[in-house]
Amino acid sequence: MKNDKKQKNRHVYWNPYFGGFLFGILILFTFYLTGRGLGASGAMKSSVVSIVDSVSPTHAENNAYYSKFIEEDKSPMDTWLVFETLGVLIGAFISGGLSGRISWRVQHSPKITSKRRLVFALGGGVLFGLGAQIARGCTSGAALSGMAVLSTGGFVTMLAIFGSAYGFAYFFRKNWI
Amino acid sequence: MGPLIPNGVIPIEWDSIIAILIGIVFGFILEASGFSSSRKLAGVFYGYDFAVLKVFFTAAVVSLIGLYYMDYLGYLDITQLYVHPLYLWGAIIGGIIMGAGFVAGGFCPGTSLCAVAIGKIDAMIYVVGIMIGVFIFSELFPILEPIYNGYFYGNITLQDSLGINPYWAVFIFSIIAIIAFVISDMVRKKQKKIFY
Repeated sequence: MKNDKKQKNRHVYWNPYFGGFLFGILILFTFYLTGRGLGASGAMKSSVVSIVDSVSPTHAENNAYYSKFIEEDKSPMDTWLVFETLGVLIGAFISGGLSGRISWRVQHSPKITSKRRLVFALGGGVLFGLGAQIARGCTSGAALSGMAVLSTGGFVTMLAIFGSAYGFAYFFRKNWI
Repeated sequence: MGPLIPNGVIPIEWDSIIAILIGIVFGFILEASGFSSSRKLAGVFYGYDFAVLKVFFTAAVVSLIGLYYMDYLGYLDITQLYVHPLYLWGAIIGGIIMGAGFVAGGFCPGTSLCAVAIGKIDAMIYVVGIMIGVFIFSELFPILEPIYNGYFYGNITLQDSLGINPYWAVFIFSIIAIIAFVISDMVRKKQKKIFY
C-alpha cells in the first residue's frame, strides 16, 4: 500500500502559473536585495576557469578570456553565482526528495536508447556552454533577469534562444516524440 | 530604499549567504514545477507541454510588474539595477547556438542543475558538456573575440532602444503573455497525447 502511494506522487508537479508566480517573486526579491538578477551558466564558467588555472596557471594567465576572471588572492570560484548554484542543487534536492523523485537514471524517450540520449545531452551541453559565453548569459541570467528590467539585450537573447530552438526542433524530434 | 546590499542597508558580508538561500528557493521552485525533467522542458517545442512558456512568461511578467511597482512606490530605485548589456551579434549568435543546445539536450544550465540534484545522469553529462563548451570558447577566444566584444550598445533598456514609455512596455508585454497562454492551451488540446 505504501509503495503505491509513493509511485503516485512522483510526477505531480506544481501548476506552472503558480511556479511562475513564485519564480517571479523570487527574481523580484533577488533584485531588491542584490541589485542583480539570477544566473546559472556563470558557475560552470567559474569552474572551468578554476580547473584550467590549477592545471596550468600560465596558460590561464596568457589566455585573454580566463585571465578576466582570475584575481591575485581570490579564487575564481568565489562568486555570487557559484554560491547561488550550490543553493540550487540543495533546493532541487529537497524538492525532489520530498516528492520521491530522487534516483539514478537516464531520462529518455522510450523510442531512443540511453546511449543516444547521453550523446545528445553531451552535444547539447557543449553547444549551450559555447553559446552562453558568446551571449554572456543563459535563459536565467540574460533572458529572464534581463527581461525583468526591460533590458534590450535580454529580449534579443530570449528571442534568439527560443526562435532558434523552435527552428531546430524538427531535426531533433526523434529524441522527444 | 532598494536595492539593499548595493545601498549598504544589508552588510556586504551577507552576500554569499543570501546567494545560497536564494539559490535554494530557485532550485526548489524549478524542481517542483517539473523543470528537472528534460522531456517536460522539450515539450514546449513540440506542443505537448507548455510548462516552460507558462513559467517563463509568468515569472517575467510578475517580476517586471513587481519591480516597476516597487520603483513607483519608492521602495526601490530601478535605475540602480543591473541591466544586461546589449552586444547585438553576441546575443543573436550566442542565442542561436544556445537554442540548438536547448532542444538537443533538453536542458538549460539552471534546469540541468536541478536534474543533477535528483540523480539524472543525462543532466550530469549535460553539465560536463557545458563546461566543455566554455573551454572551447575560451581556447577559441582570439577568433571569437570580435563577436563577444563587438556591436556594444551599452546596458540599454527597451525605453532607450524603442523610445517607448516603460509602463506601456510592461502593459504590452503582459498582454502578449496572456495571448501566449491562451494560444498554448489551444495548441495543446489539438496535439496528440504524449506520455512522458
